Amino acid sequence: MSVDSETVRRVAHLARIAVADDEVDSLGGELNAILAFVDQLREVDVRGVEPMTSVTPMAMKMRQDEVSDGGIADAIVQNAPAREDHFFLVPKVVE
Amino acid sequence: MNALTSLSLAQARDALRKREFSATELVEAYLAAVEQARALNAFVLETPDRAHAMAEKSDARLARGEGGPLEGLPLAIKDLFCTEGVRTTASSRILENFVPAYESTVTANLWRDGAVLLGKTSNDEFAMGSSNETSCFGPVISPWRRRGSAQGLVPGGSSGGSAAAVAAGLCAGSTGTDTGGSIRQPASFCGIVGLKPTYGRCSRWGTVAFASSLDQAGPFARTVRDCAILLRSMAGNDPKDTTCVDLPVPDYEAAVGASVKGKRIGIPKEYRVPGMAAELETLWERGAQWLKDAGAETVEISLPMTKYALPAYYIVAPAEASSNLARYDGVRYGLRVAGSDITDMYERTRAAGFGKEVRRRVMIGTYVLSAGYYDAYYLHAQKVRTLIKRDFERCFADGIDAVLTPTTPSAAFAIGEKGSVDPVEMYLNDIFTVTVNMAGLPGISVPGGLDAQGLPLGLQLIGRPFDEEMLFALGAVIEKAAGRFTPQRWW
Repeated sequence: MSVDSETVRRVAHLARIAVADDEVDSLGGELNAILAFVDQLREVDVRGVEPMTSVTPMAMKMRQDEVSDGGIADAIVQNAPAREDHFFLVPKVVE
Repeated sequence: MNALTSLSLAQARDALRKREFSATELVEAYLAAVEQARALNAFVLETPDRAHAMAEKSDARLARGEGGPLEGLPLAIKDLFCTEGVRTTASSRILENFVPAYESTVTANLWRDGAVLLGKTSNDEFAMGSSNETSCFGPVISPWRRRGSAQGLVPGGSSGGSAAAVAAGLCAGSTGTDTGGSIRQPASFCGIVGLKPTYGRCSRWGTVAFASSLDQAGPFARTVRDCAILLRSMAGNDPKDTTCVDLPVPDYEAAVGASVKGKRIGIPKEYRVPGMAAELETLWERGAQWLKDAGAETVEISLPMTKYALPAYYIVAPAEASSNLARYDGVRYGLRVAGSDITDMYERTRAAGFGKEVRRRVMIGTYVLSAGYYDAYYLHAQKVRTLIKRDFERCFADGIDAVLTPTTPSAAFAIGEKGSVDPVEMYLNDIFTVTVNMAGLPGISVPGGLDAQGLPLGLQLIGRPFDEEMLFALGAVIEKAAGRFTPQRWW
């Protein structure tokens, strides 16, 4: 499988990364090199094999359903590039 | 290195307990070394004020006889571990002003035991790379040079700053993270010891995430014993990481020097790759002989899935990265670049904040997870991963105690030499290390010797899950036979 320039643009948009027109070709070439490399996996017969979901077999740890943290709104917003009081500011999203 | 900085971490620890010198004197010696080594570009942030304050507290505790296991020992921390009140960037422009309001569990454990923070070290951006060249702070220069040459070499990556700092004597030990080889490969390139623990041994909480099913923190140091000491403090259960195991942490240091008599060491024939340098093969044979001389037995084994580990990794790791890095959106923290609407803001922010390699991997990950491709790529790769793990399980069930391989297919290369045209060329560096992450196993790299150009080459030992003690015991045998390697100071 190989990606064309339209696919590069579509994937970049899905990944929310702006790509300039003059970058599309070289990016497509790099992605195709990686995809060509991973294509050798098709040789592997995986019939009847379960996909890995956890590398170390373990039961999910459970904890008490109780509040253990909170009241730290100042700390949560302290790194925000734009904020007002305890709110994150974003461009208008609802007309 | 001066008298204090040339001590091993264990020697410094013992001398501090005997009050032969103070933690303040030790930290000052290291801070001076750090300052004189700026040409290496190993640190992205030096924290001398914090180091002094922590050393003073250590001296007070030592005076009261209350010193912890790492009391007063100066460490460098990879800039992937969040440190409260100390800028943490993952060496990415997108986090260039990020100051965490919390401490990662691994570093909190180190400070609990008395260690001192010297500063934060450079890494490949978001730990994506094998040469430390993708750091937004520029490449780290290895303290090693080829004999008779002044050309700058890479320290390896992604934990290149931490490895270079240990090799150059700028800290007593350091932390790294290893997703596909990011501790073991730079340890090999820099002639030091580096260990990737079993997945789940150290908490991932507060460490900037790359690929969550593969990431694991581990130590770098100049000796096997020093790594054992550091791991004991770093490891342990953490309720904040559900993949972190609730198993007792052994006294790893006690394993250093333990007998390896009768241990069965697997030599995987699939690691004898075409085009492998003859001196690498010699090193590998020598390593096997050293273990035999110590009473171990070597057995040829087969790990048939080896060649598929790297391609499977380049599906699984980017897929997880594309999901983990979705959080960098210019809203809650990090860089923001204004746009015409919110989507435009996201896209501009991420284009400006991510470097080329990160952008490439996020896009590959997005592609392999996208509608219509998920089964063909991601699910298929996860099935291959099951088979990779099965290879190792079969060997361990047959009585193999550990596997011996070279750590890397070559010694360190020059800055700018690899991967500029074809990214896969750089990825091939991790061919011997990545299987270990895919199977969640522990692995250690120990210096085995120097190549014809005078550059270090490492040997890798791979162990059963949670049997880091075996790696320390076997690693100590190799270390004793091979000796230690220190770069000639040129900086």
